[in-house]
Amino acid sequence: MALETIDAAAKRGVLAVQEYATLSGRALGNLFRRPFYRSDIFLQADIIGVGSLPIVILTGFFLGGVLALQSASTLTQFGATAFTGQLVSFSMIKEIGPVVTALMVSGRNASGMASELGSMIVTEQIDAMRALGTDPLKKLVMPRIVATVVMLFFLVILSDAVGIFGGGFVSVIMLGQDGSQYFHTAYQSLAFPDILQGLVKPVFFGLIIATIGCYFGMKTRGGTQGVGRSTTQAVVWSSILIITCDFLISRTLIGIFGR
Amino acid sequence: MTGVATNGATPPRPSPSGEPVVVFEDVSIAFDQKPVLESVSFQVRHGETRILLGPAGVGKSVLLKLTNGLLRPDSGRIFVFGKEISAMREEDLFELRGAIGTVFQEGALFDSLTVRDNVGYRLLEEHISEDEITSRVTEALRFVELEHTLYQFPSQLSGGMRRRVAIARAIVTHPQLILYDSPTGGLDPITSTTIIELVMKQRDVSHTSSIVVTHRLQDAFMLATHHFSTEENHMVPLGEHQADPNTSFMMLHQGRLVFDGTTAELVNSSDPFIRSYIE
Repeated sequence: MALETIDAAAKRGVLAVQEYATLSGRALGNLFRRPFYRSDIFLQADIIGVGSLPIVILTGFFLGGVLALQSASTLTQFGATAFTGQLVSFSMIKEIGPVVTALMVSGRNASGMASELGSMIVTEQIDAMRALGTDPLKKLVMPRIVATVVMLFFLVILSDAVGIFGGGFVSVIMLGQDGSQYFHTAYQSLAFPDILQGLVKPVFFGLIIATIGCYFGMKTRGGTQGVGRSTTQAVVWSSILIITCDFLISRTLIGIFGR
Repeated sequence: MTGVATNGATPPRPSPSGEPVVVFEDVSIAFDQKPVLESVSFQVRHGETRILLGPAGVGKSVLLKLTNGLLRPDSGRIFVFGKEISAMREEDLFELRGAIGTVFQEGALFDSLTVRDNVGYRLLEEHISEDEITSRVTEALRFVELEHTLYQFPSQLSGGMRRRVAIARAIVTHPQLILYDSPTGGLDPITSTTIIELVMKQRDVSHTSSIVVTHRLQDAFMLATHHFSTEENHMVPLGEHQADPNTSFMMLHQGRLVFDGTTAELVNSSDPFIRSYIE
């Protein structure tokens, strides 16, 4: 009996991965097929990118600030408070900026995509779209993927900048450090591999957020209760995959560049 | 209802090739290993209206979704306009569906779009000029007597009005086949009659082939025993014991097609299930 349960669960898991891969592959393949829904991409970029600006700016600023606070108190013990800027910029650009921004965007948009598409499934709007001759993967999924990947890339850059500024604000105003020294070390210590790591991650994270959000939305079953379930699963799985993917990218790039 | 015979009205308009519009050959489908349809075979000729009866949950909507390729059968073959849709790629089906209008159970209007954009959705996708879209949408909305709702959103409409907008969306491209999935489900009797009159108008004025799914017998028999008069602009009875020759019935029971025949054959059937269903 237990074996049967494991067997069924394994089959469900493999099927889910297969469905997810098929949906993502077909949606991305639509990038090169006409019609190209340019206006839908801009609409989604506005909803996902511009709509996420307030939370990204606020979290970025306070994360930079708390990083400066925490690192300064430790660095003081070694007489190395001059390295506060370096520590904040390193952490923000390589890890905190991409991961926290992605988690914030995931919480806001993966859930939004899952609930919107899920509601369209249960009210037969997706079937109606197919019956009217439109591919929902092309019209609904592809624009969301493109918009999320592009906008998350810029949101992460913005979050990094605001975070470093937040760290500087705390270092200068609250800790009495020299502002010039803070920004100088923050800028000077950065090398190409650090920037690359910070810019590669949001591309993968954006892909995860959009494909997971759309996948759970498109496989919604069971009315409004099913929409709620899809929304929760989208946030949970995109968060897990973002952190797992973060580890894998970090390990790979550190392996290649040695830092 | 006994003794119903077909009247001498105009026979269905033959298709250029004379082949049926829809053909089901031994079609079966199951969900989670539970059979929903088993060995279902039937045809829809050009200009013919097939009324599909059956209790709730018997697979009527599934049959409609198989007809426009939204679902694929586990076994058997389905031909629409002579093309085997059960063997077609999804990309090719999108094109074919342009010639099929579908009215979903609850209308399935896009709630973020206005009535104009809902009805003209397909025209918008084809990048037809805005003026032509407005003109064709207005014409379709006039058919369902809702031209004043052009710039309203679905949430501002009543259930019956949403269903009528869904009919307008289905007919705006002048399809050769219309699939109605319980068009009167959940509506009050007066609104149901209005919807049935629209289905009849489409049948008698445009001679479009259609499959009408319903579990409301009064709607089904109204379709079979009335015709739309263009002079009087509403439906009129065909006369005592007369039925429309282009309208016939099918009945599903436990996943199988237990009846396929004319109105007269249905009302005179001695099958215990059919008798219990229609009485």
